[in-house]
Amino acid sequence: MTTRRSFLASLLAATTLPSLSWADAGNPAFLAAAKLADGSFALFGLMQDGQPAFSIPLPARGHAATAHPKRPEAVAFARRPGSYAIILNCAGGEVIARLAPPDGSMFNGHGCFSQDGRQLYTSEVIATTSEGRVGVWDASDGYRRVTSWPSGGIGPHDIKRLPGSDILVIANGGIQTDPTDRTKLNIDSMRPNLTYLDSAGQCLEQVELAPEYRQNSIRHLAIAADGTVAFALQWEGDLAEPVPLLGLHSQGGPARLCDVPEPEMFTMQGYAGSIAFSPAARQVAITSAHGGAVQVYDRDGGFSAGFRQPDASGIAATEDGFLLTDGFGAISKIANGTLLPLSQSPALWDNHLIAIA
Amino acid sequence: MLRWLTLFALLSTPARADVAEAVQDYILPAYASFADATALLDQTAQADCAAEALKPAYQAAFDAWMAVSFLRLGPSELDGRALAIQFWPDPKSLGEKAQAAMMRAKDPVVADPAAFAEVSVAARGLMALERLLYPAEPAADTTYNCALTRATTADLARLAALINADWQSDFGPALLSAGASGNTAFQTLAEARQELYTALLAGFEFLEGERIGRPLGTFDKPRPERAEARASGRSLRNIVLSMTALQNLAHALAPDTPATDAAFARSFDVAANLKDPALADLGDPQAWLKAQILEQAVLITRDAVIDELGVALNVSVGFNAADGD
Repeated sequence: MTTRRSFLASLLAATTLPSLSWADAGNPAFLAAAKLADGSFALFGLMQDGQPAFSIPLPARGHAATAHPKRPEAVAFARRPGSYAIILNCAGGEVIARLAPPDGSMFNGHGCFSQDGRQLYTSEVIATTSEGRVGVWDASDGYRRVTSWPSGGIGPHDIKRLPGSDILVIANGGIQTDPTDRTKLNIDSMRPNLTYLDSAGQCLEQVELAPEYRQNSIRHLAIAADGTVAFALQWEGDLAEPVPLLGLHSQGGPARLCDVPEPEMFTMQGYAGSIAFSPAARQVAITSAHGGAVQVYDRDGGFSAGFRQPDASGIAATEDGFLLTDGFGAISKIANGTLLPLSQSPALWDNHLIAIA
Repeated sequence: MLRWLTLFALLSTPARADVAEAVQDYILPAYASFADATALLDQTAQADCAAEALKPAYQAAFDAWMAVSFLRLGPSELDGRALAIQFWPDPKSLGEKAQAAMMRAKDPVVADPAAFAEVSVAARGLMALERLLYPAEPAADTTYNCALTRATTADLARLAALINADWQSDFGPALLSAGASGNTAFQTLAEARQELYTALLAGFEFLEGERIGRPLGTFDKPRPERAEARASGRSLRNIVLSMTALQNLAHALAPDTPATDAAFARSFDVAANLKDPALADLGDPQAWLKAQILEQAVLITRDAVIDELGVALNVSVGFNAADGD
């Protein structure tokens, strides 16, 4: 007969015990790669206020990471063109799996999980042509390689999933690079696009920019709860030409580029690195390490404020605005129209600050 | 007594002498000179707006700007002030188009300094004045052009005075007191050093990439028409004055840098081989090669600065800025 006690025991055994949650990793809100004072590299879990929850050594400089929606597992990607991605148990610190792209392919720095966490999608390129692929891995079966799909363009970089669905959005940056030294090979003819794929890898929609902005590479993405896609751009044309660096798109509509006031038109130096939506502040922010600057826009793309912060890099939404990391180790918050330093760490933060869903 | 003096001297020579010297001995006097030179230019214009009367004061104001133009931090970055002082490069000729539209419409904005301050940055400042003082064709309406010249010099002097005042009363003191309690702008001396070092390296990048690299183009396709301030014959002078400004700041930050000194000396020697003040001769292979040698010399100088000054100040370029993603 089932006693109350044995029922509870079996319930515990069936649910809690076998699987760890993000609480077991200290409930971090963000992931960020960094270079440490001794020259080594690590992946950090950070709390809402930027304080560290955990750190796990990485074999080389990281780029972005992505977090499993349920289990405390992080995928750390090498810088592009990358030959590895590492799945880390953030509760224990050990390596769960090491992913290598198929022969002739390379990881391109970003990835995301399916809604149920069973699939991992990675942005990849065919090394010789920079033709884009989306790698599909089975996260419920030891991260086994399942298949790959065309990404819909050249040089894909960021890849994100629309909320509440398994529709993927891919930033096909359009740039063909030399596989050995990252030399850009097709700046005169590049054509970046935003591509939407369904859960079977079928192309649902593709969006290009106006012809005069074909040298504006679509590289990083942030997604709002209503499915609005914000994209950060990197201008490959003449830096003396002022061009928009933030775009917005909703499925079925045209891409819209966001203007800035004259004093802000060159502060980013043609480069937007990271991007984040803040639901609380109803704003979207982009960062430029090159310009040492952050620009904040309203949810609908109207310019709101510009801030200066040397080597401004990773940005993610917090409960009241944004958290900002930079390559000199500072963590700052942006809220209510001000940038406020929170802490200074010996870790030099890398390009991205990734929110754990 | 002597011992106290010695001790006092030691105490008053803190580690931040590097930033302090850069601010006190170089930056603040250079901004004061720029404010004076633009004030004099404006006074001259209000008395007589004829181009010939104005050219010497214009050249002097541009000279003074070259000493500070690379200091793209703090007061010069507020409200696009540096852009409004010199909008260059301007590959789409935005300034020329905006200014021509004002002339065609005889835009009354020239009679209202507050309204003129809101005119596009591309249509104001030193490059706008160059088009008025050194026009390709004689002006059609000298009365309107006179008013436009005066509005532009007044606006330029206003901007220079604002930046100078902010540096003297606010930003300079903030750099000088880096690390002191209550200093929110610069919480450590390292941040102040980093800020000036970043501006210095950005100055090298602009000198090499824009002032030299833009007209240089390639051997097969030199682009002398892209040279900076060619109508006023300042292209080469601006290169030399840029190098002087960068050398002065580098020296104030870290005086004991022999490799940097040698690299600067060689850059000045190489620049002396260039003959055409407007770099109009870059179509000639000999002249092109000399300009390219200058570009290389500037890059070597920058590398020496990174090696010596970066180490002396214990600063480096940003972890991410140094590199794409």
